[in-house]
Amino acid sequence: MAHQSSGLTVEDLYLHFRTRRGVVQAVDGVNLTLDSGRTLVIVGESGCGKSSLSRAILRLLPRNVHTYKGSIRLGTTDVMTFNDELFRREVRWVRIAMVPQAAMNALNPVIRIQEQVAEPLLVHGSTQDLDEAIDQARRMLRMVGVPQDFAERYPFELSGGMRQRAAIAMALVASPDLVLLDEPTSALDLLTQANIMNVLKAVKQDLQSTFILITHDIATSSELADDAAVMYAGQIVELSTADQFFRDPLHPYSQKLMASVPTLREKKTLEFIPGQPPSLLDPPKGCRFADRCEARFARCSEEPPVFTVRGGRRVKCWLYESEATDG
Amino acid sequence: MAETAVVPQGTGQDSRPDALLAVKDLHTWFELRKWGFIRTGWVRAVDSVDFSLAAGEAIAIVGESGCGKSSLAKTILGLNTPTRGQIFFNGRRISHLTGREGEWYKSQIGYVMQDPYGALPPFMSIRRLLEEPLLIHGVKDPAERHERIVEAMTQMKMTPVDDFLSKFPHMLSGGQQQRVVIARAIILKPKLIVADEPVSMLDASVRVEILQLLRGLQRDMNIGLIYITHDLSTVRYFSERIFVMYAGRLVEEAEVDDLLDDPKHPYTKALLEAIADPDAGNASVYRKVPGGEPPSLANPPSGCRFHPRCPVMIKGLCEVEDPPRFEPTREHKTLCWLYREVSGE
Repeated sequence: MAHQSSGLTVEDLYLHFRTRRGVVQAVDGVNLTLDSGRTLVIVGESGCGKSSLSRAILRLLPRNVHTYKGSIRLGTTDVMTFNDELFRREVRWVRIAMVPQAAMNALNPVIRIQEQVAEPLLVHGSTQDLDEAIDQARRMLRMVGVPQDFAERYPFELSGGMRQRAAIAMALVASPDLVLLDEPTSALDLLTQANIMNVLKAVKQDLQSTFILITHDIATSSELADDAAVMYAGQIVELSTADQFFRDPLHPYSQKLMASVPTLREKKTLEFIPGQPPSLLDPPKGCRFADRCEARFARCSEEPPVFTVRGGRRVKCWLYESEATDG
Repeated sequence: MAETAVVPQGTGQDSRPDALLAVKDLHTWFELRKWGFIRTGWVRAVDSVDFSLAAGEAIAIVGESGCGKSSLAKTILGLNTPTRGQIFFNGRRISHLTGREGEWYKSQIGYVMQDPYGALPPFMSIRRLLEEPLLIHGVKDPAERHERIVEAMTQMKMTPVDDFLSKFPHMLSGGQQQRVVIARAIILKPKLIVADEPVSMLDASVRVEILQLLRGLQRDMNIGLIYITHDLSTVRYFSERIFVMYAGRLVEEAEVDDLLDDPKHPYTKALLEAIADPDAGNASVYRKVPGGEPPSLANPPSGCRFHPRCPVMIKGLCEVEDPPRFEPTREHKTLCWLYREVSGE
């Protein structure tokens, strides 16, 4: 169902906001690549800029933008060169869709579920025929597990889990190349969460969708991940396949983060990271994690570049300078 | 509400003599009204709950949102009036405490809320925040108050203390705010702390720190701790016994390891199945979890409240009769008809 393109490439993406207290460097030089049909999870703590990153990719910007630059390529098209109107018409929801945080509360209360899900099709002109659009919406709702008779109801008649499914259907209905999932399950109950994850796994398999899943919950992120990225203070500090990442995280921050996740099935000694993330108003000059890092050394006062090490993994830490394969 | 005010009385009905807190057949129902005066029903937030807590013991109450766990906490704290049933604290009945007795009870329990920022009045400095409970409970000597503030903050590892005292809540990070909330809860040296989702608003990397601090305090000061959470994966590290709550009932209780390794109730099994440990293999398996949603507490299903979602429901029994408490193995109790034969009763 995908368009002709293959995957997403983000290069040197910056998104800074202007505030009264200065410039907030929410996204500060992010590089990412994601192949079509794969799922990338971006994990990070609150305030690390992960939601800003998803907004930057979809160009959903507030008014106080200070800097917004870089390149975002879908296949071979650089969508950053599009003007706002072209971007809205050709990219947003057609090629990149999003399930925002607490999406279930974002539905319009006075419009039936099926009509809301069909709306992107009509707006973006894939069809002019309302019945056809609703047909397609109902197909998509069935796929995410919303029963047929629920499609005709209003949002308030549905439970949180069902509304979240409707929001997912709405993102998928125009068969976009890429779907951004921003904390898609964080406001839901445990069992509902597991059900939604099952739905996303099924969608991923059936439609070969490309997802970016943004979350703070490492355990849940492993449910969907092919690749994993760790974000800290506006930057991606590690990027590797999920397999490598969950077994053997490289960056000291990722290691600590992994050690702080309580596990149900095995007992381990839990650790925590002392201190707190730096302010994005005036982040430290060198490595941004250095203040909290146990492995810091003299070099850390300079900003580390991204080293590519064994198996093509990328890590932004001086510890891996000697192992780097790209000099 | 049906009962008249009762003066605190000595116990004698307590099954566990060492119990710090004993909750017996507790019901907290909220009235549903139409046009403000016609009663149309009840929301049965807490429905027939029994448990006890020994001095210095840490227990966890686990359940999904809307299962009544916060209503239970508030009833224990005396913020909700129980509809039926009793709560005994140190052998004294606390359900209808008033005046001096009420003040005394409030000095014996600490409450840690979910949202630290919401729990701290923004216009009060940390010093005033921590001083307030001492003033209310009659610590008149300013030097002693200062000493106890310093002590509580040192226990919460907020040092150097002087750096924090004149700050306001918005100047602190979420983790530090939550420490102030805990310091405030322990400053009167209570016997019991009720922590309602103390870390769910905090980041993963500070969660563990706060929980370890809380658990350390509980051990050092020999405080009873009721840790209320939806996150089963943290309970192994921070409590000794677990109670699983579903739709107003405690459906299973056991020692932590016993419950996590050998869950009995189908609901507990489903909860454990739903929780992922970080592992790339998760991406290729579907989790076997029941569909549906927790029932409305205003109109709970007949019989066992889990039966509409239960994969192993026994037809003709589960939807008709409420399961009693069975004890399939020692100290491991559950409300489930599956264990009607193996139970010792």
